[in-house]
Amino acid sequence: MNSYSPKITSPGSIWTRTATVATALACAALLPLGNAQAQSGKIKIGLMLPYTGTYAALGNAVTNGFKLYVEESGGKLGGRDIEYFVVDDESDPAKATENTNKLVKRDQVDVLVGTVHSGVAMGMAKVARENNTLFVVPNAGADELTGPLCAPNIFRTSFSNWQSAYAMGPVVYEKRARKVVTLTWKYAAGKQMTDAFAEAFEKAGGKVVKEMTLPFPNVEFQPFLTEIAALKPDAVFVFFAGGGAAKFVKDYGAAGLRASIPLYAPGFLTDGTLEAMGDAGQGLLTTLHYADGLTNAKDQAFRAGYAKAYKAAPDVYAVQGYDAAQLLATGLSAVKGDVSKRAELVKAMEAARIDSPRGAFTLSKAHNPVQDIYLRKAEGKENKVVSVVSKALADPARGCKM
Amino acid sequence: MDFVSFLIQTLNAVQYGLLLFLVASGLTLIFGIMGVINLAHGSFYMIGAYLAFALVAQTGNLFTALLLGIPLAALLGALLEWALFRHLYKRNHLEQVLLTYGLILVFEELRSLALGDDVHGVAVPAIFSASIKLSDTLSYPVYRLVISAVCVLLAIGLYILIHRTRIGMMIRAGNHDRDMVEALGIDINRIYLVVFALGVTLAAFAGMIAAPVSSVFPGMGNQVLILSFVIVVIGGIGSVWGALVAALVIGFADTFGKVLVPDYAGLAVYLVMAAVLLWRPEGIFKS
Repeated sequence: MNSYSPKITSPGSIWTRTATVATALACAALLPLGNAQAQSGKIKIGLMLPYTGTYAALGNAVTNGFKLYVEESGGKLGGRDIEYFVVDDESDPAKATENTNKLVKRDQVDVLVGTVHSGVAMGMAKVARENNTLFVVPNAGADELTGPLCAPNIFRTSFSNWQSAYAMGPVVYEKRARKVVTLTWKYAAGKQMTDAFAEAFEKAGGKVVKEMTLPFPNVEFQPFLTEIAALKPDAVFVFFAGGGAAKFVKDYGAAGLRASIPLYAPGFLTDGTLEAMGDAGQGLLTTLHYADGLTNAKDQAFRAGYAKAYKAAPDVYAVQGYDAAQLLATGLSAVKGDVSKRAELVKAMEAARIDSPRGAFTLSKAHNPVQDIYLRKAEGKENKVVSVVSKALADPARGCKM
Repeated sequence: MDFVSFLIQTLNAVQYGLLLFLVASGLTLIFGIMGVINLAHGSFYMIGAYLAFALVAQTGNLFTALLLGIPLAALLGALLEWALFRHLYKRNHLEQVLLTYGLILVFEELRSLALGDDVHGVAVPAIFSASIKLSDTLSYPVYRLVISAVCVLLAIGLYILIHRTRIGMMIRAGNHDRDMVEALGIDINRIYLVVFALGVTLAAFAGMIAAPVSSVFPGMGNQVLILSFVIVVIGGIGSVWGALVAALVIGFADTFGKVLVPDYAGLAVYLVMAAVLLWRPEGIFKS
């Protein structure tokens, strides 16, 4: 208390101080612009992904895929070297704004890449919109990201929830199912998936007779299995992923329901979980924008390259990361690495035709992939491609004003 | 809901309740009797499930895995008691929460380093792999009924241990007045070591025998942790019968909540908890 003598501050000095602070802030706000204009240095790429927790494996796969493409391009994008800034988002939406600000404000990255969890990705999108940071989403499927939250600087190289579920509607109808029950966790992704399925299935002429939900991430399914057995629908459509998916499929099989009531789902049910499901998972039909056993040359080259670099087989998340780097490369090449030419860069990315391992895709007006959706069948530990069920399926981008 | 569905849902509720009791029983001992708030209890459940997965992968048999896993879990419990928990009995609950929360993070990270973040499955033992037909579309897996039977046996065993044996008497006395028990020449530290190891073993055992029906995945312990605390609190802290009754009540609340009020199923368990605590603030069976 000795060094500090309290006194009443006059109104004048408050104004002086406010002005000083305001000037300092204004100068700080100019800093990113100053950096962006210096084109000789490296392009700063902020990777904000989960590296711990439930989604760690997914975050690592996205990162590996992204870096694989950069390595294949000689460590450069648009002729410039790359510098990575990495943040673990812990799949925690509460920390999304703070973590994104670390990359955008502190590290002043040129491009933001992330993430897996939709809640975190929506937080990132808000910061990216406020700061006009170029933002590429390599997984999160929330419809909002290329819907109400869409923006010229926001791109997605994965899928929208709507896409992966909508494609299943006609498939189930063609399998002669007319009455279907849906089941999912009561949260945004689950609702978007089951709504999109119901939309397509009822358009085809079927009827969703009951929509069941359970609290996330509860995995006690027995009461629902009993209800399904009593309702006797022609088929069941579910959305689950990870541990819950493995448990559901095992419980469904153990309850004897597989024999009489076929089960359908978006591909997340069987991606990375077939080993855990054992016999119960075999033969399951799912829809997704990637599959095992594709015959295009790009996929074969990608799989060989990935296996050589990481001593592991790639998955859909690695593909999405790889394509995020491809999409950026297209934009950066068009402006020769000059990120300050934002309008031209975005224009080139919008017009890009990405030669993806999943098959080539373009982008919709809302910057979501217009892509083929595959029907896949679980065989061994693979989701083998059966057919293309939806050719060049575009998300309706409801609520996007762009 | 017709009568047959109602009966099957009742079976679901009882079976889920018994499984919850199995997890909560270890917590009844550690939290209820020793008075330690052990947030890491769910981690012991997860460790049990991963032990089952790793040992079944090595030995190919769940029974062998149980034989090896149970002593390992007891050893882990004893080690933790000796190294960490022993120093916390006389400290306040906040410090216990801090330590055990830290343990959750440590165990999750160790699990990630040792076995990765993938989802795994454990096969149901062949002799219990059959199903019983309940209706023309629905069957009930025998293994779930076996788990229920094991839970009932454990409940009886625990009751006898705590209320009918000499060591049980010492444990209860230690809970009541630690200093007096020591003054009578009983080595309370050794008793607490045994009780803590037993609590950890019960949680890990629950994880091991639940592994074939629940799958094995990161963060699986967090869900059961909260329900376990709910069960111990509404059952009456320290009461084995209370925990059993409370587990069944929660099993019913969860099952019928999902069926009858699906939009509020997440609330059902906690509404029941609030109602029970309003009616009996110290739980159903206060000890």
